[in-house]
Amino acid sequence: MVRSLLVRGMLAGALAGLLAFAFAWIFGEPQVNLAIGFEEHMRQMAGEAPEPELVSRAVQSTVGLLTGVVVYGSAIGGIFALAFAGAYGRLGRLAARGTAALLAAAGFVVLILAPQIKYPANPPSIGEPETIGVRTALYFTMIALSLIAALAAMSTGRQLARRLGVWNGVLIAGAAYIAVVAVAMLILPAIDEVPADFSATVLWHFRLASLGVETVLWTTLGLVFGVLAERQLEPQRRRPAPRGVRV
Amino acid sequence: MTIADKTRVQAPASIPLREIVPWAIFAGLICLLALYFVGAEQGATSIFPGMYIHEFVHDGRHLLGFPCH
Repeated sequence: MVRSLLVRGMLAGALAGLLAFAFAWIFGEPQVNLAIGFEEHMRQMAGEAPEPELVSRAVQSTVGLLTGVVVYGSAIGGIFALAFAGAYGRLGRLAARGTAALLAAAGFVVLILAPQIKYPANPPSIGEPETIGVRTALYFTMIALSLIAALAAMSTGRQLARRLGVWNGVLIAGAAYIAVVAVAMLILPAIDEVPADFSATVLWHFRLASLGVETVLWTTLGLVFGVLAERQLEPQRRRPAPRGVRV
Repeated sequence: MTIADKTRVQAPASIPLREIVPWAIFAGLICLLALYFVGAEQGATSIFPGMYIHEFVHDGRHLLGFPCH
């Protein structure tokens, strides 16, 4: 059963990756190109030779981008399917589609949105090569803290829901998650390596496009996986509903 | 109340955790490894020498929000 869910998750993830690639190609690539143009310009002003291209821009912006996003989507889809297998039947009366949609929304907020509020995506030419180690460690630390806070809040919320009702339990768990993540953001050091002359507009558009790519990916994953999981787990729900009844 | 309504109000049967754990370990690790190659290989740490993987997935790495360069 889990194996079949895993395959469905990776398929839904690959499809989500394809859509996210289309979005990234249309809305993200123009900003990447503007940022690389800035980088080349700064290099020329400093009298340095242009950086040799190990992989051409034509490959990076098409096959490379497609490979990266689809592999990422499939891997996220696989992990998503495993989380779904654990959550299914344990989230009140939520059925397959509802569980998948809720899990995708939570995954997006906890693993993408919250960490990126602290450490947003950066286009090429932002970020010192010497600090890549620290920046990578801090980014993954933020993701880990957000995930731990969410799991702790969920566990507390389940207990509170029994005493105070589901509505109050969920509200308190949400507030607790936000409070813990806010403290983590205050404690972790800030990173700001944006060059003084870098266009604020390009930076804003790039970060918006980056969040858009992740939004397309997680939304597609949650909705498509929900349908595939429903076919596997709840075949009886796919029978046509009796006349006049909406299922 | 119809039959369809009755089936909706029950919680669906959950999958036993001992069935999930072996898959979570093996498939979970493979998926995390794939994420590592897209998101971080030849950046902060390298399994393979050179910069080819980094440069090939370069645009995806930036647009997916991973630290790069």
